[in-house]
Amino acid sequence: MKEELSGEALYRATVARCRTVLWVVAAVTLCMVGAAYAPLPQPELRVGLILAAAAFNAFLVAGHLMHLLRERNVIYSLLAFTVLFFAALMGLCVWAHGDVPLPARG
Amino acid sequence: MEIAYTVQPRPDTGVYNAKLGMWLFLASEVMLFGGLFSAYVFLRMGAPPDTWPQGWLSVPLGTLNTLLLAASAVTTLLAWAACKARRFDRFKLHLGLTLILGTVFLGIKGYEYRDKLMHYEVQLKDGRIADGHLVRARTTSDTVVLQGRWVSDRRELLDGRRAPRTHEELVLPRDQIARMQNYAPRHNTFLAIYFTLTGLHGLHVLGGLVVFAYLWGPGSRLWHVDPEHFTNRVEVAGLFWHFVDLVWIFLFPVLYLT
Repeated sequence: MKEELSGEALYRATVARCRTVLWVVAAVTLCMVGAAYAPLPQPELRVGLILAAAAFNAFLVAGHLMHLLRERNVIYSLLAFTVLFFAALMGLCVWAHGDVPLPARG
Repeated sequence: MEIAYTVQPRPDTGVYNAKLGMWLFLASEVMLFGGLFSAYVFLRMGAPPDTWPQGWLSVPLGTLNTLLLAASAVTTLLAWAACKARRFDRFKLHLGLTLILGTVFLGIKGYEYRDKLMHYEVQLKDGRIADGHLVRARTTSDTVVLQGRWVSDRRELLDGRRAPRTHEELVLPRDQIARMQNYAPRHNTFLAIYFTLTGLHGLHVLGGLVVFAYLWGPGSRLWHVDPEHFTNRVEVAGLFWHFVDLVWIFLFPVLYLT
């Protein structure tokens, strides 16, 4: 967070930043809804676009509102473990989905 | 005995204890919601083709709720910034707005739940299927009245986006009904995971609102004794609220749009 600012200056800077973040999040959300109805050739492309937009919104909230862009190393280390576990969890889903049993030998 | 490092950062971690504690808690929350999201992915990927419902949820209401929660995340941060600026009046204003926005979010979610729980699929003994919302005022011990439509095959109900906008009143004699079920979690896998994910998220919203209400009301007495300590409490509660917003940012597209 902006340690170099304090008091009223910090408040004014936060208001300006929040205004920008809110407008961008709103615009990206509306784009996401638009993509859901857009006549795209492949459904996978639509899902990919929507999830990419959601990830961008999440980046804005986590980075600017939760101050993760300027956080202490101990928090980053903690979150690195979480990301690792979460990625493994999702990886397990994809791996298990492709793990189709072979037909029994007669 | 005074609790250490509630205001000043611990020398070894660089942050005050409550903040590190909140991040540890949020890490465990990521795993909780991650487990449920992976369950959703499993169910969705494992569903046979053309059996997963589409368009069953109201996109306008979901969009509105997304914007409400994003706005509440912003007002939470402004409440913290107001504390930093030593402006207690602005803190009250911003946190009050957060409380209102969060409450409206829950109200809309409640309306959506009610809409689902009043929505019935009724199979008659002759094989026809009626689908629509229960008209409780006109339903009697002999007849069930729905505002909806007839379908000949359950698969016609899967794509809500193709459902006709105009509904007719369907009067169904009870002795002709073979099966009647509302759109509750037991209705199908989609609704089960929908209610589980959004229900857990809703409980988090409620929990956040309770904490904010405390900080806005009786908890704000700490401001007059130790404003730095109070500001840190607002920051930690805000971190939790932003996480709740983050979860919704993914819930909305996953459940409503894809």
